[in-house]
Amino acid sequence: MQIYLDNAATTKMSKAAIQSMLPYMDEIYGNPSSLHSAGQKANEALNGARQRIANLLGCEAREITFTSGGSEADNQAIISAARLGEKKGKKHIISTAFEHHAVLHTLKRLEKEGFEITLLDVHENGIVLPEQVAEAIRPDTCLVTVMYANNEIGTIQPIKKIGEICREKGVIFHTDAVQAAGHLHIDVKEQNIDMLSLSAHKFHGPKGIGVLYVKKGIPLTTLIEGGAQERGKRAGTENIPAIMGMTAAFEEACKHIDENTKKLSALRNMLISGLSEIPHSILNGDAENRLPGNVNFCFEGIEGESLLLLLDDEGICASSGSACTSGSLDPSHVLLAIGRVHDIAHGSLRLSLSEENTQEEIEYTINAVKEVVAYLRSISPIWRDLVNGKKEFIIK
Amino acid sequence: MALYSEKVMDHFRNPRNVGVIEDADGIGEVGNAKCGDIMKIYLKIENDIIADVKFETFGCGSAIASSSMATELIKGKSVSEALALTNKAVVEALDGLPAHKIHCSVLAEEAIKKALQDYYDKNGIEYDKNEFPRCENCDHCCGIQ
Repeated sequence: MQIYLDNAATTKMSKAAIQSMLPYMDEIYGNPSSLHSAGQKANEALNGARQRIANLLGCEAREITFTSGGSEADNQAIISAARLGEKKGKKHIISTAFEHHAVLHTLKRLEKEGFEITLLDVHENGIVLPEQVAEAIRPDTCLVTVMYANNEIGTIQPIKKIGEICREKGVIFHTDAVQAAGHLHIDVKEQNIDMLSLSAHKFHGPKGIGVLYVKKGIPLTTLIEGGAQERGKRAGTENIPAIMGMTAAFEEACKHIDENTKKLSALRNMLISGLSEIPHSILNGDAENRLPGNVNFCFEGIEGESLLLLLDDEGICASSGSACTSGSLDPSHVLLAIGRVHDIAHGSLRLSLSEENTQEEIEYTINAVKEVVAYLRSISPIWRDLVNGKKEFIIK
Repeated sequence: MALYSEKVMDHFRNPRNVGVIEDADGIGEVGNAKCGDIMKIYLKIENDIIADVKFETFGCGSAIASSSMATELIKGKSVSEALALTNKAVVEALDGLPAHKIHCSVLAEEAIKKALQDYYDKNGIEYDKNEFPRCENCDHCCGIQ
C-alpha cells in the first residue's frame, strides 16, 4: 500500500496526458523546424498546443514560451525584467522572503551585479499585503515578483491587487504560479499579470516542461542560445511529447478546478482538524486562504526527517522542511519567514493531496502521524525536558 | 530507501537501549535544538565496566541510528574502551553514513565522552580535559544564529 501525499513535489501523470504524448513519440516525431511534412505535422501540433495553453491563461499564443519547467521560466522572467530595467537605470526589485529558490537565487545573482533587492515580510499567516508592495515601490523599481501560492505552506497571495498596483505604477509584475496552475483560476489579463511561470508536473503533466507567459511588448532575454525556436528566445528542439502532455493535463485540470477544489478542501480540512488534535502542534500558514490540497504542521520536540522515514514505513509519502531533509543546517526558509524558530521548524511535515486521495487514506494518515509523533517524542530528550517543565513549550 | 544502509535503517527502526537510567553514574548531552539534533546518554558503571547504557535522541534517522549503534558498541566494555570509541567506528558499524550525516556519528562519540566526563567529575577521578570534546568549539552549529 502507498498513500501519496507529496503532490506539491510532483504528481502522477494523468491518463489523458500520457495518451496525448504517445503519438508524438512514434508517429509524429518530426522536428517542428523541418520543412518537410513530418516536421510540419509536429509544428502544427506545437502551434495548436501553444494556442490551447494561451486559451487557458487568457492570453495570446505568441505570449507563450515553452521552457524546461518552472525554474527556467522564473530565471528567464526575472533576468529579462532586470535587463530591461537596467537599460533605464532601474535596478531595484521587490519580492517576498518565502519565494521558491528559483526566484530567490536568481535575485541573489542580480544583487551581486549591483541590483537592490527588497524582500517583503509575509507575516505569520504567510500572506503579503498589497499595501506592502505599494509602499516598497520606488521610481527605480523594475520588477515585482510574488508567488501565486507558496510551495510549502500553500498560502495564496493577493495576486490581482498586487498586479493592479504594479500596473498603476508602471512596474512589471511576475508571478511564480507553479503551485497554483491547474489548481486555482488564472486569467492573466483580468489579474494584471505581466509574466507568469508554470510547470506541468505539478498538475499531472510530464516533468521537464513548463511555460513562461510574457505580455506582448516586454522583450525577453535569451538564456539558452543556439536556435530560432520560441522566436529565438529559447533555443533547443521543442519537446513536443512533453508539450502535448502538459497541454492535455492543463486542460483537464482547469476543466475540473471547481469540483477538485471542493473535494480537496474537504479532505484537507479533515486532515487539518485531525492533526490539530496532536498536542503542541501548529498549522503553518493561513487556515482558509491556502491551496485546497496543502497541509503543513510543526510538531514540537521531534525532527522532521525521522518523522518522514517512519511515515514511509507506514506507506505514507510526505515531505518536511527540516534541515536534515535538505542537506543544509538551516530548516526551511519559508517556515523561518513566517516566524517559526529553528527548534520547531525542524519538526515540520507537509502533506499535499491530489484528487485521487480518499477519505480512508486521510483517516489512516491522521492515525499514523499521531502514532509516529508520539513515538518520536517518547525517545526525545527535548520532549522530556518540556514535559518535566525544564523547558518552556514554544507551541502552547 | 537508498539514502541509508540496511544497518542504519535497522537501528533507526528498532533502536537498541532507548530510555533513561534514573540513577545514572554519568549523563552526557550534546547538540542543539536549533541544529536539529540532541543526544543524551545515560551510563551505569560498575567496577569500571559499562554495566548499562541508555539514550534519548531528538534528530534525524542517522542521529537515532548512530546513538543506538554507539550504545551497543560500549555496552559491557571497560570505561577506557568506551572512551576510545571513535565516530569512525560508529560509521563503520553502521555500514556507512551519507557524507552530510557524518556529524551524527560525531555527536554520538561526543555524547558518550561527555557522559564519561560527568562520571569522572562525580567520582573525583582526575583526567586530561583535552581528551574531551567541548561542544562550544564544534563547528557543526556555527552557521546558525
